[in-house]
Amino acid sequence: MMVEMFWTTVAALLTLAIFSFLYEDNPFYKIAEHIYVGSSAAFMFIYVLYFDLWPKLWTPFFSKLFHGNLSGITSSQWWLIIPTILSVMMLTRLLGHVAPQAMWISRWPIAFTVGVGSGLGITGTLQGILVPQINATFLPLWTSSILHTFNNWIIVFGTLTTLAYFYFSVEHKGVLGGMARAGIVFIMVGFGASFGYTVMARVSLLIGRVYFLVHNWLHLV
Amino acid sequence: MNTFWIRVQQMDRRILYIVLALGVLVPILARWKMDIHPSPEVKKAYDFIEAQPEGSTFLISIDYDAASMPEVQPMLHAILRHIFRKNDRVLMIAHWPLGVPLGQLALEEEARRAGKVYGKDYAFLGFRPGLAAVIVNMGKDFRSAFSEDYKGTPLDSLPVARGIRNYDQIAAVIGLEAGSVGDAWVQYAQARYGVHVILGSTAVVAPDYYPYLQANQIVALIGGLKGAADYERLVGYVGTASTGMTTQSVVHLLLIGFILLGNLAYALGRRQS
Repeated sequence: MMVEMFWTTVAALLTLAIFSFLYEDNPFYKIAEHIYVGSSAAFMFIYVLYFDLWPKLWTPFFSKLFHGNLSGITSSQWWLIIPTILSVMMLTRLLGHVAPQAMWISRWPIAFTVGVGSGLGITGTLQGILVPQINATFLPLWTSSILHTFNNWIIVFGTLTTLAYFYFSVEHKGVLGGMARAGIVFIMVGFGASFGYTVMARVSLLIGRVYFLVHNWLHLV
Repeated sequence: MNTFWIRVQQMDRRILYIVLALGVLVPILARWKMDIHPSPEVKKAYDFIEAQPEGSTFLISIDYDAASMPEVQPMLHAILRHIFRKNDRVLMIAHWPLGVPLGQLALEEEARRAGKVYGKDYAFLGFRPGLAAVIVNMGKDFRSAFSEDYKGTPLDSLPVARGIRNYDQIAAVIGLEAGSVGDAWVQYAQARYGVHVILGSTAVVAPDYYPYLQANQIVALIGGLKGAADYERLVGYVGTASTGMTTQSVVHLLLIGFILLGNLAYALGRRQS
């Protein structure tokens, strides 16, 4: 109980230290900021080590290798040598001050990562965004429901005019100019909705922290 | 120009912070309450989970961290409470390492409340880096991405995960998002393997996910504190999201007032100059 109270108080004081930035920059804010950055980085390092390197690389492969249990390593586990070598190659980026001439070695794993990322990204974007989203704009413009018809018109008209705004190969004059101007209206409505949601999100975070202070720490509610 | 409008234009921003702080504190301390009417996109999530046969398995992905906790954590609690009440099962994973303890805390709390047993009714599989590769691999062979839980227990030793081979055995993926992982769930899990996806997100990213909802690529969208409060209302309890919504409304009114006041002062000043 006392331990929980202690750590709740620490969290509350750090919250207040961060809030103090609203008045002006000060040492309390800086301390809280540095604690946050440092602990987040350490936390991430530990989790990658514990949830990835240890169970996926050390236990199935290196542990057996170092104990001489080569027969215990399956054929698929031998493949782990390749990502291990790529990882070591990536670490040559850290040699910038010591041996900058070795840094080029890191380009190989970077190229591999970019290749995998592009492959997944291109197929994912086509299959998961472009085709389904185009498909979702093929809507009936006349339905039995007026509201439904109105919504469909907005979606179809909004998509076409927004696309027209981003068509820069021809000067925005005449019909294209009119469509582009209508497109701006839809884009602005989109920005407005995003901004409204962002405000709501930030206010929610403030409410969360204030509720923590008055409920968990001060027990006022 | 009237001195009042000059003062408005030159007002110290810290006065606005004090007014906002009061706007947050007073409704919380006075325990103001307001009615919550669940939105259709949140109700879809509730209805979908409700319609699944008893014993279905849901995969919950923790894709947020402490910075989004006030919005997304109440969603997680409400969803877990709903799933456990229905005697369904939960597998939890994390794509954000800093979200791991948050997911674990909520899972253990709700499981304890519902009297559920680790390994039989729920399991926590932990974090794996790799995002898209992890999601794709789970669709091919679940064990190639997660062969054991976070304690190192093999999945085949856990009754809750024994029959899970890929997404075919998952009733729905429930992604709780503070960034772009939700896009990856849609692109790689839904589009490639056809699994049902429900997204719960912070309000900041919710507008990015509405096109997926309109295109029926996701089953439902639970957006921001309002979405969390809606889900709490549907599950039938008053949690931190419902409590926060009254405050949220008060602060929004204050902000609208500030915007109107600021613009009025600016417009009057411009007309005079």
